[in-house]
Amino acid sequence: MNTGDLVVSDNPDWDSGSAELGHMLKPGQLDLSHKVVLYLEDITVSFDGFRALNKLSLAIDAGELRCIIGPNGAGKTTMMDVITGKTRPDEGTAFFGQTLDLTRLSEPEIAHAGIGRKFQKPTIFENHTVFENLELAMKTDKRVWRSLMAMLDSAASDRIAETLQTIRLGAHAKRLAGLLSHGQKQWLEIGMLLMQEPRLLLLDEPVAGMTDEETERTGELFLSLAGQHSLVVVEHDMAFVKQLGGKVTVLHEGSVLAEGALDEVQADARVIEVYLGR
Amino acid sequence: MSSSPARTPFIVRLGRSFDARSWLLVGLFAVFALIVVPVLHLLLPPESPLHLSTYFITLTGKILCYAIVAVAMDLIWGYGGILSLGHGLFFALGGYTFGMYLMREIGRDGSYQSDLPDFMVFLDWQEVPWFWTGSEHFVWAVLLVLIVPALIAFVFGFFAFRSRIKGVYFSIITQALTYAAMLLFFRNETGFGGNNGFTDFKRILGYSITAPETRVVLFGLSALALIGTLLLARFLVTSKFGRILTAIRDSESRVMFIGYNPLWYKLFVWTLSAMLCAIAGALYVPQVGIINPSEMAVANSIEIAIWVAVGGRGTLIGAVIGAFIVNLAKSWFTVSFPEYWLFFLGALFIVSTLWLPQGVVGLFLRLRSRSRQATRPATSPAPRAPQPTPVEPRPAPPPAAKGARA
Amino acid sequence: MRTIGAIVFGWLLSISGAHAAIDPALLTPLASAGNDAKITAITALVDAAQREALPVLKAMAKGSLALAGERVVIVDGEHVIDAATNTEIMPAPELTESIGINNRLRRELASTLASLRLFSNDREVRWDAAQELASGTDAELLPLLEKALASETDPEIKARLQMAHAQGSLASSDAAVRLNAVRVLGDSGDPNICQLLQALTEKNGDSWVEPDSAVRAAAGTSIRAIEKRLAFAENVGRAFTGVSLASILLLAALGLAITYGVMGVINMAHGELLMVGAYSAWAMQGVFQAYLPNLLDWYLLAAIPVGFLAAALVGVLMERVVIRHLYGRPLETLLATWGISLFLIQLARTVFGAQNVEVANPVWMAGGIEVLPNLLLPWNRIIIIGFSVAVLAAMWAILNLSRMGMFVRAVTQNRPMAGCVGVPTGRIDTMAFGLGAGIAGLGGVALSQIANVGPDMGQGYIVDSFMVVVLGGVGQLAGAVWAALGLGVLTKFLEGWTGAVVAKIAVLVIIIIFIQKRPQGLFALKGRFVES
Repeated sequence: MNTGDLVVSDNPDWDSGSAELGHMLKPGQLDLSHKVVLYLEDITVSFDGFRALNKLSLAIDAGELRCIIGPNGAGKTTMMDVITGKTRPDEGTAFFGQTLDLTRLSEPEIAHAGIGRKFQKPTIFENHTVFENLELAMKTDKRVWRSLMAMLDSAASDRIAETLQTIRLGAHAKRLAGLLSHGQKQWLEIGMLLMQEPRLLLLDEPVAGMTDEETERTGELFLSLAGQHSLVVVEHDMAFVKQLGGKVTVLHEGSVLAEGALDEVQADARVIEVYLGR
Repeated sequence: MSSSPARTPFIVRLGRSFDARSWLLVGLFAVFALIVVPVLHLLLPPESPLHLSTYFITLTGKILCYAIVAVAMDLIWGYGGILSLGHGLFFALGGYTFGMYLMREIGRDGSYQSDLPDFMVFLDWQEVPWFWTGSEHFVWAVLLVLIVPALIAFVFGFFAFRSRIKGVYFSIITQALTYAAMLLFFRNETGFGGNNGFTDFKRILGYSITAPETRVVLFGLSALALIGTLLLARFLVTSKFGRILTAIRDSESRVMFIGYNPLWYKLFVWTLSAMLCAIAGALYVPQVGIINPSEMAVANSIEIAIWVAVGGRGTLIGAVIGAFIVNLAKSWFTVSFPEYWLFFLGALFIVSTLWLPQGVVGLFLRLRSRSRQATRPATSPAPRAPQPTPVEPRPAPPPAAKGARA
Repeated sequence: MRTIGAIVFGWLLSISGAHAAIDPALLTPLASAGNDAKITAITALVDAAQREALPVLKAMAKGSLALAGERVVIVDGEHVIDAATNTEIMPAPELTESIGINNRLRRELASTLASLRLFSNDREVRWDAAQELASGTDAELLPLLEKALASETDPEIKARLQMAHAQGSLASSDAAVRLNAVRVLGDSGDPNICQLLQALTEKNGDSWVEPDSAVRAAAGTSIRAIEKRLAFAENVGRAFTGVSLASILLLAALGLAITYGVMGVINMAHGELLMVGAYSAWAMQGVFQAYLPNLLDWYLLAAIPVGFLAAALVGVLMERVVIRHLYGRPLETLLATWGISLFLIQLARTVFGAQNVEVANPVWMAGGIEVLPNLLLPWNRIIIIGFSVAVLAAMWAILNLSRMGMFVRAVTQNRPMAGCVGVPTGRIDTMAFGLGAGIAGLGGVALSQIANVGPDMGQGYIVDSFMVVVLGGVGQLAGAVWAALGLGVLTKFLEGWTGAVVAKIAVLVIIIIFIQKRPQGLFALKGRFVES
């Protein structure tokens, strides 16, 4: 089969021209010289005149575990969309490390650079087995030709087996992911994130629909990840936020209302007003 | 999914795409197409009850080409979730590019005894247009068959997928593309024979195109091309690439957020699919003896989709079976009850979408698993879901509510 | 004034049958061998007996003048009429020779007849006659024209007559007269006159056709003036046909704007719903022919509700039987509705035959308005433009003002919530689909007036109407209107300089490119099936 004339194989998706981005091809070279993994500055996004984000500024330190809370419509999901390249901000800058301008990269480029995202509603590949879900997410060369020729080596199998252990789905490896329970789907999605080996994990309501026990285990997992990874967790469950411990940011109407430890934030009069009525 | 050493030669891996039973079936088919058919057609006298008629060879050869198209369509639609209503274009382009060679091969045996094809003499052209240059060489023609449709598919696909056009929008635009191309080819000035297209072929590589031996060879080539297509397609869909492709079909955004760029995956399978169609078209034209713009009609392209739907989307063999069922039915109807063919075809579209979402292959698998359960109710207590590997119960995709964004 | 009155009076008499005799000696030369002799005879006849000559000349123009021995007679089927007395000869005599005419004579007769009609007291007759003369006059008619000009009071007719007079004067030997004529002709908008003037500026061998240089220069000026006017008329004409095409596209696409644009259902059988509407018009025509022949001209009015209901019924059936099981699966819907379209096409073939059927324009839709000398706007097109505007307005009103429209909008925006607050979502789907189908039926009724009506007619519109909806953006009536207008006008202007097929291809390519740039169409979209 003559496929030589297809440029696909030798035109990788993430080096679309910009030479100065060349070094991010090899993850691990993320420039963390200022100990900050994510900068958002004055991000504004509007939809049809409605300002979903209004001059939002935020900085996440390397290895930090940050919780984001805020009422519905505060802009949490939109913020994640901006970080992962789904939505382009109208104004403002977003940097991953010191050098990567997130506003100029596409979703796959950002994912490849080391940002993993878990959606509010678990999105997994329902027609693939649990094992295959993890295999697809695994950090590797994700260009077309590599995928065509890819063979699973023993190291990779071990990695998948390890992750299956972590997310306690070892017994379900050969099941179709669509047949899992809601909580299991959440875990699978977290497992897929782990397989990506991202530097920064964005987790949108990761424990929604989980039992208390599952929630607690999830919390333990996150705490064990913090340090080597940075985590941003959007959550409504205050008990869970408390369990995680770290710094809390309160979003309201598209910008940061308060920031600090959970106790401080909960004592803040403005936060109480936003949450308890106006 | 063996964890064999990473450096297995490609050809071995291609071969391993089929399991032993599939290879047996393929072998039987090859023996039939390459040995039995030639013997029965060439060596037996026409009076013999076992003699295969020219009609049979032409019809079956034609359907073999259609089956290649069906597999190509299945790759892009069944696995990639992209319904193309423009595959008739690539099929016809393959036919036209190869037809150019066949037209040149007529030489001075045309009605006007000119070096130019008859229709050019008729239009009073003095020499062949630039894009006909080299078309008298067989090798160049084969190259064009592989390159031209692929290039068009690549460029079109690149822009369409880059703009993230998908679903029905994509279908409608491919339909418009085919329609525009058909109008273009209907014009005499385009240089492809206007609405008469190419016909009255005499020779291929110097051999008479109507000789029984030539027909048998073309038939055999079509059979081999189908086997090759199936092998390649099977390799693709069982590879990691295939899993990514179905993942894109089911949840494109998730695929993007784990770092794959769907553009190149879609583009690869789209271009490959177009190339397979073109090869099928190139094999089709010498067997049928004519190519004209009506091959690019909107209806033809949609019909390809129904072959796949009837056979069973997402199963490669289903595409082949569907192509045979629908086209055999078509030739039977158009001979016996021409006025009922459209009723039948229309009903087929409706029935297969409403009640046969997995086509006849899915129906067969369902019936088999049911009869198995019926015969051995006690022996298999384990709730092993009936898992015919490729045919997965596909939940209807959610109607992608925009309101779901928090 | 009195003489004119007398002439008119005589003319009236002549058509009412009372007929003064013509001297047969004036008639016999009409049968002369040569054309020149015949022309002389015609001129002589008109000079001598203007009123009485009319029926004779009319008969001559029709080729029904003959000789019976020495007598010139008019042959009218079985009857033979004496041309001199205008009375029937009983028994019919043997015809010895028929008086033949050629094209030159026919032209001559036409302009002579026209000039005779100039003195009618019916304005319409005079207008027609002046119109005829304005597009070709000979010098021989000049005296007659001058007479008519003197008596004419209607300014429009007068302008035409002046034009005719100027044409006749071009052959004058007086350069000043020619110069004046050329100047007057500059006000014309007729391509023939442009050619006439063009001839003056050319060289015939070594010498100019027009010897006087001042006249040549004036001719040049006049030509440019006419050409400018012609180009303007041509562009107006194109814009009009563009709008006309747009109105047809709009009618074809409006139904789709509901079924696809609002409900998200891809209906490939939409073209066949147009066909149902068109066949309804044909059927109503048949019904009127059989039962209400006096009202035949008004069958179209009855066809409008019938076409709407017939198509809506087919649409409701489609929705109930097939489409409702496929909501949320657009690709399957596409295939299933394609199957329905094949089914309907074959059904039409089986029931009505594979051939196109005749649907006649009612009398009130025939003809047109002549806006400019070379620009006629046909009534049927104008009426269809008006009709499509009316349908658009009705649809807008239904969607925005009625309760049902409110339900439809509610269901498309948030189906579960609409269901929760008591909107019968299933029934609304059916009704909305029926409405879309019915509007397609209306489109079909309109199409029956300008296009062929046959089983395959719908296929030609499906690509175009989808293009309109896709281009306009899903869920927007305004988008569909602008897209239809844009496509219609663009197509017609492209056709002007590239030919129809290339224009069509170009438009499709432009749309494909446009969709790449703006996948959401001209207008932003908010529909239930819109993917984020």
